[in-house]
This record gives sequence, C-alpha cells and structure tokens, in this order.
Amino acid sequence: MVTRDRAPELVVAERLLALAERAGATQAEVVMLGTDAALTRFANSEIHQNVAERDLVASLRFVAGRRVGVASSGRLDDEGLRALAAGAAALAGVQPELEEPVVLAEPGPLPAVRGGWSAATAEASPELRAEVAAAVIGAAGEAGVLAFGSFSTDADTLAVANSRGVRAAETVTRARLVTICMGADGEAGYGEALAVDASTIDGAAVGREAAGRAVRSRRPVTLGPGTYPVVLEPYAVVDLLDMLGTLGFSALAVEEGRSFYEPGRRIASQIVSTWDDATDPAGTPTAFDAEGVGKQRVQLIDRGVCAGVVYDLATAARAGRRSTGHGLPAPNTFGPVPGNQFMAAGDATREELLAGIDLGVLVTRFNYTNPVHPKRAIVTGMTRDGTFLVERGEIVAPVHNLRFTQGYLDALAAVDAVGRERRLLAGELGTCVVPSVRVAAWDFTGATGR
Amino acid sequence: MDHVTERALQVAALRGTSYADVRTVRRLDERITVRTGTVAGASRREDEGFGVRVLVDGAWGFASSCRLTVAEAERVADLAVRIARASARAQRRPVRLDDRPVQRGRYETPVAVDPFSVPVETKVADLLAADAAMRASAPLAFTDSTYRAHREWKTFCDSVGSDIEQVITSTGAAIEANAVDGDEHQRRSHPDSDGGVRGGGYEVVRGHALQAHAPRIADEAVALLSAPQCPPGRRTIVLDPSQLYLQVHESCGHPAELDRVFGTEASYAGTSFLTTDRLAEGFRYGSPLIDIVADATAPGGLGTFGWDDEGVPAQSVPLVREGIFVGYLTSRETAPRIDRQSGGAMRADGWNRIPLIRMTNVNLRPRPGMSLEEIIADTDDGLYLVQNRSWSIDDRRLNFQFATEVGYEIRHGRLGSLVRNPTYTGITPEFWRSCDAVADERSYAMFGTPNCGKGEPSQSADVGHACSGARFRDVQVGVGRW
Repeated sequence: MVTRDRAPELVVAERLLALAERAGATQAEVVMLGTDAALTRFANSEIHQNVAERDLVASLRFVAGRRVGVASSGRLDDEGLRALAAGAAALAGVQPELEEPVVLAEPGPLPAVRGGWSAATAEASPELRAEVAAAVIGAAGEAGVLAFGSFSTDADTLAVANSRGVRAAETVTRARLVTICMGADGEAGYGEALAVDASTIDGAAVGREAAGRAVRSRRPVTLGPGTYPVVLEPYAVVDLLDMLGTLGFSALAVEEGRSFYEPGRRIASQIVSTWDDATDPAGTPTAFDAEGVGKQRVQLIDRGVCAGVVYDLATAARAGRRSTGHGLPAPNTFGPVPGNQFMAAGDATREELLAGIDLGVLVTRFNYTNPVHPKRAIVTGMTRDGTFLVERGEIVAPVHNLRFTQGYLDALAAVDAVGRERRLLAGELGTCVVPSVRVAAWDFTGATGR
Repeated sequence: MDHVTERALQVAALRGTSYADVRTVRRLDERITVRTGTVAGASRREDEGFGVRVLVDGAWGFASSCRLTVAEAERVADLAVRIARASARAQRRPVRLDDRPVQRGRYETPVAVDPFSVPVETKVADLLAADAAMRASAPLAFTDSTYRAHREWKTFCDSVGSDIEQVITSTGAAIEANAVDGDEHQRRSHPDSDGGVRGGGYEVVRGHALQAHAPRIADEAVALLSAPQCPPGRRTIVLDPSQLYLQVHESCGHPAELDRVFGTEASYAGTSFLTTDRLAEGFRYGSPLIDIVADATAPGGLGTFGWDDEGVPAQSVPLVREGIFVGYLTSRETAPRIDRQSGGAMRADGWNRIPLIRMTNVNLRPRPGMSLEEIIADTDDGLYLVQNRSWSIDDRRLNFQFATEVGYEIRHGRLGSLVRNPTYTGITPEFWRSCDAVADERSYAMFGTPNCGKGEPSQSADVGHACSGARFRDVQVGVGRW
C-alpha cells in the first residue's frame, strides 16, 4: 500500500518538518518507522513464547547548511516532537561543517509496485499463529520428531517526508515460518516459508519438509575435511548473496576500496546472474527507500561479470550518479545495501544437480557465517540441519556438520549447474529469491563429530 | 508505581492470570561516528514503552506498546492474556516459576562523568583528534572513530508486589584504522573491535586514550599489508584479553544458557553441548586453571545491574570451577527444572521484547602466578593473537573458528614479526583443556559485547567479559586456502 499524503504518519512528519524549519533548518527529512508485529515461537513441539509489539518512531535529519544532526523518538505528542526538533537542531549546531553539501531526495515518480501487503498478514490473530504452529507440530509428530521454530506476522510502515517535497508512505507485510525438526539423537532438518500473505503459508508442508530432513539425518557418518563438490539448497545460497551484498555490492564499499567489485571483472561462472529488484512481485515488493527515493532494479552480476552496485544519495552524489533507491535511515554509516536480491534460475532439476556429483555433499543451510577476509570474500561457517553425503549422484548418508573456510567468489566461479526452481527466503539484508546451485569445489576445513 | 503499570496489573489480575509483570523502559542512546575525518553521523534516539508478561493456564503471553496511556495498558494487558490462552493450546508442560521473594529497591550504574552532560562538541573533538592522529601516522584507506552512550530508566512491578527501579548507563568509544593494497585489506582497532563500550560514563572514553593509541594501530594496519600470511600448522597460541573475551563469550557463555539446553533457542541460535547430564556428572570443560563465573555485580560490566528483568537480584554464579562445569545461566522458569533457584540472567532488549536468558558478565578469572608478559616469556615457540576480527561457532557451540586482527610470532620467549590474517580453530572442551597458563590480575580487564544477538524477534544484549589472557597448546592455526 503506497500513499502520498493521507497516511497518518505523514501528518506527524509534516508537523515535524514545520518545527525543523522554525528551528532554522535549511533542509530537513523525517523518516517514520512503524511496526505492528507478532510472533509465536514453539520448541519441543509446544508453544513457549508468544509476543506482540506495536511501535512508531520518528527520526528527523536536521540540516543547517553543511551541518547535520539526527534525532529519533517514539514520543509523538506536541511536546515530544518539539523536543525532537530541538534535539536534532542542537546536535547539528555543534558539528563541524561537512566538505560536501547534504543531498536530500527530490520528489519523483515512484515505481508502481503491487503485492507488498496482505490483509491476512496484517490482521493475523494469535489463534491463527497457534494453528499454524500446531500444523507444524502435527507433521513433526507423524514423523516421530519434535518441532522447534517460529511463525511471525508483521506489518511494517515506512513514511518519508522532506523539505524538498517528498511525501511517501507505505505499509508492507511479511509472514515467515521457520522450523527445525529434531529427533532423539540430535538429528535435525530445516524448513522455511516466507510470504507477503500469511494465508499462503502451509504449516504442515513446512513441517513435513523439516521432519523429512531430520529423519534422513539419523545415524550420520563422519566426513573428513577436504575439497568436495557440493549442491547448495536455496537456504544456503541466500548466505552467498547476503554476504556478497554486504562485502561488495555496496557503493560505499567500492568507494572505500574494501570491495572486490570492479566493473567488468569476472567473478562468477557464465551461468550466474544476480540482481536487486524491490519492485518484482515474486519477492517482497517495496516502492522506495528510507530516503524517499524510488526503488530501481540493479543488475549486480551479469552472466558472471560484475555489472553494478547499489547507491544511496550520498554515495551517488560522490560518484556523480543517481541513487538507485537503496538508502537506509540516517545517519547511515553502513552504506547502501541490496535488500531484495534475485538469482537467475537455471535449467537443472534437483536430480540433475545431484547427478553431476561423484563424491560430494548436499548442504541444506549454513550456520553463523562470518568473513575471515572481507575483500577476498573468504568466509567461514558451519553446515547445519541437513548435510548429506552424495555418491554417484545419489544421497547415500547423512554426515556430521562440517566447517568450511571458503572464498565465496571462488564458489560462484565454480558454479557448474543452477536449479530451475527458486524459493523466496529471508536473509540478513532483506529477502532473496534463489535456486539451488552446484559448486564444483568447496573447502571443508573441519568437522564437529558428536 | 505509575498508572499504566497499575492498570495493566489490575486488568491482568481480572482476566485470571496466575502471575503478571509489567516493565516500563525509557531509553536514550547517543552515537557519533567520524569516518575518515568527517562526522558521518551524529544521532540521539529516545524511546519508551511498556511490556506486559502474563501466565495463564501455565502458558506465557506477552504484549507491548509505545503508548503509555491507561487505555493502552488495558488493551495490551488484554492482548497478553489472549495470547497466553492461544499459547496454552499447544503446550505440554505448564510453566512453573521458582519462589523468588518480593523485591523492592533501586539501582543505578556508578557514573563518574555523566556522558549526556559532556558537550557534543567535546565528544566530536575527541573523535576527530583520534581520527586525525591515525591518518597522520600512516597512509590509510579509511578510518572509523565511534562513540556511543546509552541510558535506560526502567521499572519492574509484578503481581506479587515487587517494585524495582533501575538506571543503567554504558559508554564507549573506539578507533579503527583500515589499510588497503590490491586484494589485501587490513584493520587494526583500539581498545577492542566492539566499540570499547563499558558500564559507566565518559570516564570510560577518557580511559581508552584513543589519540595516544591511534598512531600505533595505524602503523600496524599498514605493516600488516606486507606481513607474511599466518602459516598453517598446530601451534601454541597465547590469546590477548582482546581476543580471549570473545572466545569466552562464544564457547562458554552461550552454551551455558539453560534455555538453549532445553531447546527453546533451537530454531535460531541453536542448542548446547552442555546438556544437563553433564552438570550432574561433573563434566571436565577445561583444564584445572579454568574458573568462569557469570557475575552481574562486576564493576564496569555491560552485564552489571541490580536486578534482572524478572526481578531476581544480581549475583555471581559459578559456571566452571577448576575446569569442571558446575552451573548455568538461568531464569525463574528454567532453574527449577534442574532443582535450582534462578541465577538472575533474564534480560530484555527494551520494553517491546520478552526477557530471555542472556549472559551477564561471563568472566574468566585470573590465576595468581604469571603475568601475560611472563607467559609470553615462558613460551618457546608460538603465536600471540590480538584483537578479534572474525568469529564463528556451530549451533551446539563446539566447533569454533576465530580470526584476529594481528598475530605476532613468539620465538624463545620474545615477540617477533607480525603475521597477517591469523586464524585458529578447535573443539570447545578440547581447546579449554589444552590451556596451561592463565595470566594473573595485572592484565585482567573488562570488555564489552554490545551486540549479542539472540531470540525471535531478534534481541540485542549488552554483555560483559573480564579476562586476563591465556595460553593454549597444540591448536590448529592458519585455516583454509590463502
């Protein structure tokens, strides 16, 4: 739902802009972040936590010439807004002048997005969440394992108004079901569903997916460290895109010399293409960023070659470009991020992905990954909740979780097959639509054992 | 007791709850970032609200709101009860709480210099001076100098008469020098890589002496660009406190959280290898030199308070004693399941989150004997690893891998040349059992982790770790292909 001027959040924003102007701002920007969120959590096949939250926070970027101060508050009555404006003005007043002028967004057309909001999610009740949890628990019970997980239903509002005339407000919804099923010996399997519309999430199906993996994970064998071909399920592929989005595809990372990104540099195999597109209804659509700039589709990797990075207003101004609509709320020292990544589907079925492996590993997901060498995108982490040995194209046994220390760029360069099915999943930066991939060589550097 | 709290407790009682508590929280947060000589961000954030937690038919319900009105208190308390009743539909084990006595009182973090009374110009000037000192010393690609102050005013009242008020303050600053050459990017930071945040006021920032340390870390960042890669092998390592604190955090603090053991974090943070049978059997977690406590009373810690967020008084709980696993971080709900009383480790990230078991200050106690320098002098061949750069551990907290910003070769008891990109990996109890020296109190210092993530919806906690440095034998270093 995108509105230009009637959202109640924009009414508050207008008042705050007026207060900023009265306090001497030469420019000002108000960002309103609202959430109406609920989450039901279950463990050992029973609900153990059930929470709801409603919050609305106003943030004012107060610009006085080349001085900037940002203040935020949840106190939105007259006194609270006056204090907020005064606080931001006071902060700005004591700053040294910036070398560059502050650029706020100018009003412009926003992309027409659809499919970002659902009444079923916005109005989801605790009873509905309990029913979905019960469906997961039921599926786990039928397989003889226990269910652990959460089901969240969130409605998030972003409203942006600035002194140049930008007025935009949007509420989007997300429903996410996460499930791990575990058996008596610690065997575990994962399943997840993410959707704008909570009513499309099938708790029993997610439960069966996770329970099936858990059952197949019984009696794991130990696989020693080494370099193996792998098939990465979509849950694991999300981590690749997330990590590379943070480390490399941000204009700030490029500007500071800490990114691997160079225009035209080949970093992946020919069959790998990725992009960021918040307007695609196959993802989680949003129309504009936290600076009020319309979202643009940005090709990140085009058939294996670096094609672009995302910009916010500040990085775009320094690079002599236009923002791509990937700004975060001020003050943003993190830089712009791609929060709606897609990876192109291939043509391989799941069987064909596995068939290409003589001796290798099927990885469901990764755990606690972290860059060891950010510029080379070398990352360490563990496999989790469903790691299987593949021999001659067949899954032959579960294996104990493995540690890897792997260059993610090297992995993309070694992708030799991409799955034809894609999943919408949650990542650290936002959401991703990704297929499974096969990687010819993956460095496992340790095993846990039990 | 304010009107909102009073009304919420009344409504909860009228709806048939067996227990209810109400927390009101107001938070003030101030941050300044100087990036490569420019003030990249100066912000002040304030929020407030309340959360209502109820027990109905043995099931929890929680709801919260930022609107501090009596009408909203009624709506939120009502919603919390409705949520609890929905939870009861899929619950097999009714919640039972320990019998903590009624608590009343007030606690305030000791603060020598109120960080919110120090002029912003002074804070900006301090950061700019440190930032300039880094850039003047060496050719750096970019620098970061950060400041953060945080204060929470919070009240806790429950249906049995507890009434607690606390004011918690933390402050920190840190500097980071980044050098880049081709594919190589090296970073050095001071005083740690987590923002240098401690419990206390602006005296914390002054104590870090940022400007004085700036040239050293700038020079080291550049020197690391041409240092040799850390070679693979099995080595003796000496961990500086600036790395050891995170080793304690990941491989002792998290696995000792009893909610993880009982599976309630399985779907997000994971479980724990420290299962309850290991408590009963006296599991050997580490060598006899290892004493680890969760101490919510430790001065200067980010996990220091008067009461936790379910009204349990701050205390020091032994987790590992002379290498033997002896205790957990617990709550009023989990402690009775191992026949204990809560150790007071329930903490919530603000008014809109339910309390979870979190670390307080999980500290590795110093050992009388050798100083850290004497341990290095006592090491014939090894690596001295300083300042965390990267961390990873599996979902049971067994298989870990860390990277540090810098390593120094130790040859015949002396620190030698730098090595870059040092990493080490191991299995938690094997690693801690390989410890043959823990430094004495001369290098014992408090560190802070102001970003410890856990829970769904996600919560960030401020936790503390004090330690002095230690030596470990036969550890795999230099992991992976470089």
